[in-house]
Amino acid sequence: MRIEDKLFLDGIKPDESRSHLKIVEVTVCQQRCGERGRPCTLGCPAKVYTWENEQIVVAYNNCMECGACRILCPFGNIDWSYPRGGFGIGYKTG
Amino acid sequence: MDERFDAIVVGAGPAGLSAAYVMAKAGLNVVVIERGDFPGSKNVMGGVLYRQPTEQVFPEFWRTAPLERYVTQQSLWVLSKDSALQIGHKSEAFAREPYNAFTVLRAKFDKWMAKQVTEAGALVVPETVVEEVIRHDGRVVGVRTGREEGDLYADVVIAADGVNSLLAQKAGLHPEWKPNQVALVVKEVIALPRERITDRFHLEEEAGATIEMVGEATAGMMGTAFIYTNKDSLSIGVGAVISDLVATQTNPNDLLEQLKAHPVVRPLVEGGETREYLAHLIPEGGFHGVPRVHCDGMLVVGDAAQLVNSYHREGSNLAMLSGKLAAETVIEARKRGDFSAAALSAYRRRLDESFIIKDLRKYAHASAYFEHRKHFFTLYPDLVNMAAREFLTVDSVPKRRKQWQIVRTALRARSPLGMLRDAWGVFRRMI
Repeated sequence: MRIEDKLFLDGIKPDESRSHLKIVEVTVCQQRCGERGRPCTLGCPAKVYTWENEQIVVAYNNCMECGACRILCPFGNIDWSYPRGGFGIGYKTG
Repeated sequence: MDERFDAIVVGAGPAGLSAAYVMAKAGLNVVVIERGDFPGSKNVMGGVLYRQPTEQVFPEFWRTAPLERYVTQQSLWVLSKDSALQIGHKSEAFAREPYNAFTVLRAKFDKWMAKQVTEAGALVVPETVVEEVIRHDGRVVGVRTGREEGDLYADVVIAADGVNSLLAQKAGLHPEWKPNQVALVVKEVIALPRERITDRFHLEEEAGATIEMVGEATAGMMGTAFIYTNKDSLSIGVGAVISDLVATQTNPNDLLEQLKAHPVVRPLVEGGETREYLAHLIPEGGFHGVPRVHCDGMLVVGDAAQLVNSYHREGSNLAMLSGKLAAETVIEARKRGDFSAAALSAYRRRLDESFIIKDLRKYAHASAYFEHRKHFFTLYPDLVNMAAREFLTVDSVPKRRKQWQIVRTALRARSPLGMLRDAWGVFRRMI
């Protein structure tokens, strides 16, 4: 099963007004992370990060709030916070 | 909501709810702040909950709590590409009250715990994110929530905000975890009719099985995989330390898909319907990863303090006990009206004296050892499977020659000195 299909099974309440994931310095992804393989685009279990047109696109509404991206980013370049109360992932089983 | 409490607990998981329960029972005015829609909605674990430690906080919980199955059967599978060496234990003793362990689904179980906490007199506030600690003269005096006028004040704050541990970081207790101090685990809950589960796992009606898997299960990375039986679903997951996932450029979902397709695993999950997909971090720092757990006006419990013994698949029990110990420390501190770091350091002493730190200390050097010896996750799983397969293959080769063939193949893969060193290395760090 692809990640995209699995995410349909999860209850995620998107916060349209605010992203809880921010790239601190876009140029770091562009200029310094290429040689590091941009691990966020590979390691994120929800495929939140994709590399499109020479920049990182952050699909924060897919986020399962695990926190892995914050730790695997080689440059500490992801400003990671929780979605506002009442938003984000809501597991039925856990 | 600008109010004053005796204690603020941040996070409604096993650690936070245990702390809140013990404090509320002792008559303290306690508030639990939870960011999920309800306690449990953001919480994930593999799924095994231990009876004795849980009972230290919630006596006879198994009579009313939403549990899936009592665990009677536990196995370890060492996977190679196409086979598995399986070691297991099943006991009638585990099938009787008061039981040893249960499988649970945390969204249900944590909700139940929170209900007990509310009934004990604490206030549980969901849908609220704690954004930072409020300090006064250097000491923690409260928390700032995401709500309007959402500052809360208390004598003490207990950070039970889970593995991401943002609150303790903001309070300056530890820097960000390193990629080798946390594992990323993905999990699926796969619906399967009850009879199929009892048939496939050879179980009595309400009994449950757990299977831990190493080796090919994590494609040679430091980590494990698991399958746990629930009432009418399976929890299947796999995880590895983040440093290995990055080094091998692996997506965790690919790992999970490979596991589900493994010839030994596939028949167990076949025909099931995936109901939910989950991801969570597990603290893997062990003894040396435990940060400072107290400062003026604040204590850190559970995953937020890296209290996980991954070698024994224990986490929720360490969380609950740490919550209880923190609560007892607060109750005592309150008698003296002293919530300074010095007074709260009694919590760390309590942790040290408990099985929590004793167990973490026992494996203090294990992960650093295995981290750089990947052949434990690749070479040995392959060798033991090869040996078992060779030995069980009946092909008219005399047994003595077969034995020597096995030994020769093994020695070609790893020198006798290398094996001796490995054995000694494991003995020193694990026993």
